[in-house]
Amino acid sequence: MMFEVANMSFALPEMFLLTMACVILLIVAFFKQTGASLAYGLSQLTMIASAVLVYREIGGLEGLAYSDTYIRDALSNALKIAIFVINIAVLMYSTSYLKARDLFKGEYYVLAVFATLGMSVMVSAHHFLTLYLGLELMSLCLYAMVAMHRDSAVATEAAMKYFILGALASGMLLYGMSIIYGVTGSLSISAVATAIQTGGLDNTVLSFGLVFLVIGVGFKLGAVPFHMWLPDVYEGAPTAMTLFIATTPKLAAFAMMIRLLVEGLGDIQMYWQDMLVMLSVLSVVLGNIVAIAQTNLKRMLAYSTISHVGFILLGIISGTDEGYAGSLFYALTYTLMTLAAFGMIILMSRRGFEAEEIADYKGLSQRHPWFALMMLIVMFSMAGIPPLVGFYAKLAVIKSIIDIGLISVAVLVVVMSVIGAFYYLRVIKVMYFDEAEEAYEIDAPTDMRIMVSANAVAVLGLGLFPGSLMALCASVFMS
Amino acid sequence: MMFDIPLLSLVIWLPILGGIAVLLNGDNVFTRPLSLIVSIATLYFSFGLYTGFDNATHEMQFVEHLPWIATYGIHYSLGIDGFSMPLIILTTFSTIVVVIAAWEVIQDRISQYMAAFLIMSGLMIAVFAALDVILFYVFFEAMLIPLFLVIGIWGGPNRVYATIKFFLYTFFGSVFLLIALLYLRYVSGSFAILDFHTVALTLQEQIWLFLAFLIAFAVKVPMWPVHTWLPDAHVEAPTGGSVILAAITLKIGGYGLLRFALPITPDAAMTLDWFVIALSLTAIVYIGFVALVQADLKKLIAYSSIAHMGFVTLGLFVVFGIFENSATGSGAVLAVEGAMVQMVSHGFIAAAMFLCVGVLYDRMHTREISAYGGVINTMPLFAGFSVFFAMANAGLPGTSGFVGEFMVILASFQANFWYAFLAATTLILGAAYSLWMVKRVVFGEVSNDNVAALEDLNQREFWLLTVLALIVLIIGLWPAPLIDVMHSSVEHLLTQVSQSKL
Repeated sequence: MMFEVANMSFALPEMFLLTMACVILLIVAFFKQTGASLAYGLSQLTMIASAVLVYREIGGLEGLAYSDTYIRDALSNALKIAIFVINIAVLMYSTSYLKARDLFKGEYYVLAVFATLGMSVMVSAHHFLTLYLGLELMSLCLYAMVAMHRDSAVATEAAMKYFILGALASGMLLYGMSIIYGVTGSLSISAVATAIQTGGLDNTVLSFGLVFLVIGVGFKLGAVPFHMWLPDVYEGAPTAMTLFIATTPKLAAFAMMIRLLVEGLGDIQMYWQDMLVMLSVLSVVLGNIVAIAQTNLKRMLAYSTISHVGFILLGIISGTDEGYAGSLFYALTYTLMTLAAFGMIILMSRRGFEAEEIADYKGLSQRHPWFALMMLIVMFSMAGIPPLVGFYAKLAVIKSIIDIGLISVAVLVVVMSVIGAFYYLRVIKVMYFDEAEEAYEIDAPTDMRIMVSANAVAVLGLGLFPGSLMALCASVFMS
Repeated sequence: MMFDIPLLSLVIWLPILGGIAVLLNGDNVFTRPLSLIVSIATLYFSFGLYTGFDNATHEMQFVEHLPWIATYGIHYSLGIDGFSMPLIILTTFSTIVVVIAAWEVIQDRISQYMAAFLIMSGLMIAVFAALDVILFYVFFEAMLIPLFLVIGIWGGPNRVYATIKFFLYTFFGSVFLLIALLYLRYVSGSFAILDFHTVALTLQEQIWLFLAFLIAFAVKVPMWPVHTWLPDAHVEAPTGGSVILAAITLKIGGYGLLRFALPITPDAAMTLDWFVIALSLTAIVYIGFVALVQADLKKLIAYSSIAHMGFVTLGLFVVFGIFENSATGSGAVLAVEGAMVQMVSHGFIAAAMFLCVGVLYDRMHTREISAYGGVINTMPLFAGFSVFFAMANAGLPGTSGFVGEFMVILASFQANFWYAFLAATTLILGAAYSLWMVKRVVFGEVSNDNVAALEDLNQREFWLLTVLALIVLIIGLWPAPLIDVMHSSVEHLLTQVSQSKL
């Protein structure tokens, strides 16, 4: 056996995150009074510093490390920075929410930093075990987070559902990994890819294992028919936790999908392509149609997420670098839009008023024209109306499937997005065309107001100048 | 090019940025003058497009070309030819009309109202000027947002239904356009509209693409049977919304057919010309009858718009029949030019008609024809204008309404006698619904106390309608300048259309 001196810089951000998570844990344990505020400040610093650590290494050494269990490449750098930066906003929004409800406790930040560590590991994992490790670390933190509001029956119920279905999905994923291990004789993703490329494997068993991997990924992303947990968890969890679940974990799941399907099993694309077409089309159809029937904004956004996941899958289906880049662009913009949407919900809500129902937004434009405009931007962007960034995301993935000739799928998804436009329009209708029933004030802190505004303006700004972000996504896959 | 400043960008972004400025300024004493200044400045600069325009060429002029989304080869690419230039000036002019028309009428959230129209004006100009399909599509769709809000916020009682119907209808049409454009990109490897014009396509491909274009633009025109959103939207929209809808957004449908459907898929257009002509004639004849029985003033004008737009689509698609029957194809030039003149003229006449209805509505708050009668006794000036515009709407010689219709009917004879015959029924139907409406509203005894209490036009309304009336007369008596600017573009289009891509 040969030992190599491991290059620590590959996992530096993760080590830093782990250290900081432990430090925050200790602080929370010892400082009862000020622990939460300290934990908040430290976790924000951690996110910023981790992003800087990743940023500094861009252009440096890339490739596999630690016996091929870990990878640093353009994708991992891009996704990690996105996760850390988005989490800064997530933590800011959720703090505003938690403080207003006596939920402002240090544990939340400990869980958040650990979950971020999990995501970061997932993004860089190039081995079934590291991948699974990251996934479980993230998921367990998220389960606990949803359950944090102990007195709330709905939150507990949501946590139970999330836990059971999440555990089931992890089991499926693990089962698929073990089958693939059985066929290829390796757990390392690059070795699996080589084994498949060499050929001579039992394709039936391989595709059997693949099915379970796709199920696992589908569960984590929330693609139909593995979406059942999503609406209940989104609705039941406190908004701050929903915000967390709905944003960065999707980026991590996207990375997992790329690592497993594209980098590991890219040579049997013809097997997973058809499965993903089914998942994608079903997600877009079901997500958009069922969302129409929702009166709860969080639940509506859950179904909207399902349909967005369908769109993200489209780019993967194309099997081209351009398609993957399109999917990455979609995943990033989806995160940005979802962040803004839940940010708005938190901004509007206050103690005893969750602002969860669509009807709660009646006449918003008359009393708070600026925030109504921000919400309008987010809703139109989610509906895919230019010149907002959501349009370019749809454009990129639809272009990629038209380029491989799947025109019928393209037609189906765009027709569904017309149906989808209806429920986004309904939110705008409520804000702009309806009269307010009761006067209420927004009592969110200033940093929150500025952040939500910046967030929504970014959705518009990226819509006017999408070039650089698109170029970045393209460079991740085409370098 | 002699221009140092990019004139097209200026005309596009001035109203958009001006609109944002109006929005940020909020509702105060400056809102209205600021909006007016922005719209007048835009009109002034857009005249530069006319004076600097070279009539002799069909090439794109005032071209601007900058990279926008480099990854996909999408450019910020602008340029105008004889088709887009008149429509841009029509847009800048209509914006002023809308701003002035809203002066006293709109009191609620005035800055948002003005901003919406200014921004929309910039977006529509950009639609006419875009030479990159994604740029075109972005503006084409973005335009829906302000109009959606305008109808929804300042509209009538049933405005929410109308505006959502309007949005979803047009959005539904345009998603197929997106697919078609992306497919063309796949085939041609470029996003430039002019590259699409030369790309070779099989008949099968062309037919699918043509149908996609037709769905997208037929909804906008609107053609029978996808017209049902228009009467709803018109009825519920505030006066300004109706003016912009009738004057500009409908033209985008016709423009789209000119710019995309005919030159990109000429063989499919030839194969399916009977279909479009059938729909156009249905619009002219059947919708003419429908207009006759309307009890609501705005609905009547909305249906008359659909009938008039039928001439535009008829003029564009009758050219294939003319090519078959005559070697010279001079009739085809007449047909397309007639369609273009009809678009411009309808822009002015429909705007004026909706303004007239707006004048009545502001005083009586009803659009029911039966609520009026004998308006001439209390509003003699108004009566004069409304009779004049009704005549123009019916296609009276000497008004602009006559020129386009006459050219199209004349050209249709070269294709098929029955086309011309059916199209010509509009002269009877148009006169019937327009004049009957005028008879019921304007003439007769004063029907009730409300009418007796009406006040005649104020200064603002009078001058607005006077300017519109003059334009309608000028185009009617001397359409040559308008036809001259589009002549080379029309001939170029007909060369493209007559060359098979197979």
